[in-house]
Amino acid sequence: MKSVLSLPISFFQLFYQSVYLALGQIWLNKTRSILTTIGIIIGVASVTAVIAALTGLEDKVLTQVESFGTNTIFISPRLPDKGPLRHASWWTIRFLPENFDGMLEHCPSVACFSRIGSVGRHTARFAERSVENVDVTGIEPAYNKIESRPVILGRTFSVIDDMQARQVCLIDPKLRDELRLDRDCIGQYILIGHYTFCIVGVIERRPQLNFGPDSQDYYEVFIPFRTIFKLGEPGIWAFAASKSPEVLEEAQAEIGFFLRRTRNVKPTQPDTFRVESLKSALERFNEIALVIKLVAGGVVGISLLVGGVGIMNIMLVSVSERTREIGLRKAVGAKKSAILTQFLIEAVVLCLTGGLVGVGVGQCLTLIIAGINPVLEKTHIPLWAIALSFGFAGCVGIFFGMFPAIKAARLDPIEALRHE
Amino acid sequence: MTEKVIIKLQNLTRIYRVGVECICALDGINLQLRTNEYVAVMGPSGSGKSTLMNVLGCLDRATSGFYELDGQDTTKLNDAQLARIRNERIGFVFQSFELLGQLNALKNVEVPLIYSRDGWWSRRKRAKSVLERVGLSDRIKHKPNQLSGGEKQRIAIARALICNPSILLADEPTGNLDSKTSDDILGLFDQLHREGQTIILVTHEESVACHAKRIIRMRDGLIHSDLPIEQDPVFHFAAQDRPQEGKV
Repeated sequence: MKSVLSLPISFFQLFYQSVYLALGQIWLNKTRSILTTIGIIIGVASVTAVIAALTGLEDKVLTQVESFGTNTIFISPRLPDKGPLRHASWWTIRFLPENFDGMLEHCPSVACFSRIGSVGRHTARFAERSVENVDVTGIEPAYNKIESRPVILGRTFSVIDDMQARQVCLIDPKLRDELRLDRDCIGQYILIGHYTFCIVGVIERRPQLNFGPDSQDYYEVFIPFRTIFKLGEPGIWAFAASKSPEVLEEAQAEIGFFLRRTRNVKPTQPDTFRVESLKSALERFNEIALVIKLVAGGVVGISLLVGGVGIMNIMLVSVSERTREIGLRKAVGAKKSAILTQFLIEAVVLCLTGGLVGVGVGQCLTLIIAGINPVLEKTHIPLWAIALSFGFAGCVGIFFGMFPAIKAARLDPIEALRHE
Repeated sequence: MTEKVIIKLQNLTRIYRVGVECICALDGINLQLRTNEYVAVMGPSGSGKSTLMNVLGCLDRATSGFYELDGQDTTKLNDAQLARIRNERIGFVFQSFELLGQLNALKNVEVPLIYSRDGWWSRRKRAKSVLERVGLSDRIKHKPNQLSGGEKQRIAIARALICNPSILLADEPTGNLDSKTSDDILGLFDQLHREGQTIILVTHEESVACHAKRIIRMRDGLIHSDLPIEQDPVFHFAAQDRPQEGKV
């Protein structure tokens, strides 16, 4: 039993002692240690900050996706990459309202859809107040089912609102406050363009994914799809929802097939529209995020390499400075392995200390990022990034500390004790 | 008085190779030491006494010959085994103390035990008791640069003693000390000798060597004379007047 335990016990003793000595040495040479580890500090800090920012962005995008729903499909016109329509104007490939007629009957995987008409920005007026830059969007009743934007007050549009092209609207709470409408503004009338609209509901504001200072400075008004034609010729696109997330791809294929027919796209020609799900958009985002992460990884790799050379340099200095100490330790019974371990652990502890400070600095950067940009408020350093940084820093310590440690271990005790 | 033989050297040589030249630092040494002997090794510089110390202390290997320490043949041991012998059987005291500046007295004394698997756990206790033995129990928290030369050497001696070594090897232990402090340190060696410690002292000062009980004089890598102090030509007359220390 004793012989089985003797190896781990002596290893523990050596390890404990080496860590103790290493911390003592680092504390003794504070300035030198900080300067030496600065490469590692910068490397770790920058990579953790970048990863943290990406994590925050990812988190934001995922919440957005969840709020849209995972079975949502976007349908919009698109100029094909090749074929005769490549240089056509947008006008020729625009959606017409009748393109979608009968879609539910022909697409069994689609649960519902809503055409959306957008006429750009108008001015909204109420009494003496007016607000410019109001996004006016025409929607069908299914819109609120597809996009999870609940009406917080009042009601959504009914089929009759749409059929009769009634002049009713949903407004966002910010516009209500800006126009100084009553808190319960249902039944009040506002002027959009030259038309009077009756407010039937207040809709929740969209969770934001825009950057920049003016992201708060937009207002939305929704009116029935058919009503929008009164305000001008709208740009049309559509939202659809598949019956379940599993049949999302079937639904996309069905819609594509259906639209090619209603839009008279010849079999040899490419699509003049795009049928996209958030899943594919998410995949694209993840690809970009991965590339950024890889680049960040490369940067940190290089800076850790440079930092590692610094560590090796300072360890060599340390070995030659402490030659007599090494001689003495050998004279009183330190084996080669003990000296090797001592200097190796010193290098590793130096690197890990750098890593620790780096994570701290990265945390500060993260807090600054989160403070500056409200979009990235959920920015945080994930645990795996911290573990990765530490692991990397430790490996750098072992790799670059090995040569000085071997040099120390090989010193001849007699020579070392004679060293000046 | 048949004390156990602790060191046995037979025809020991140590040859250094410097380029194409061979320097014979030890040229066939035969020597036996028994427990509780107090030996002074003397000789002019270049006579091989430092090399002999290094070989006796297992820091260096003999080129040929036989060296038995505590009944164990050391000539066939590998580096790790020699390190263990140094750790457990030999205590070194150096001229320039060789204390570690960043450690306090107690930690300095503990150093040999951190390389000892079994002594590791009791290192604090043993360091304290051995510091008491050299009369420095009130200085355990001081760093070397806060201590006088004599105190530093006492700490170094405590460090050498902490593993209860079979032999204490002191290489010019008073070389860096003034005469008053030297006397203190030599008094400590006398006390350790009385307590049963085997001591080998390398020196070139007769006043230091006169504390020993046996004088080995070396010249050109050979033992020139090896006599009890009473018969040594230099100490012959002085020793008759001196009261015998250690036999109070």
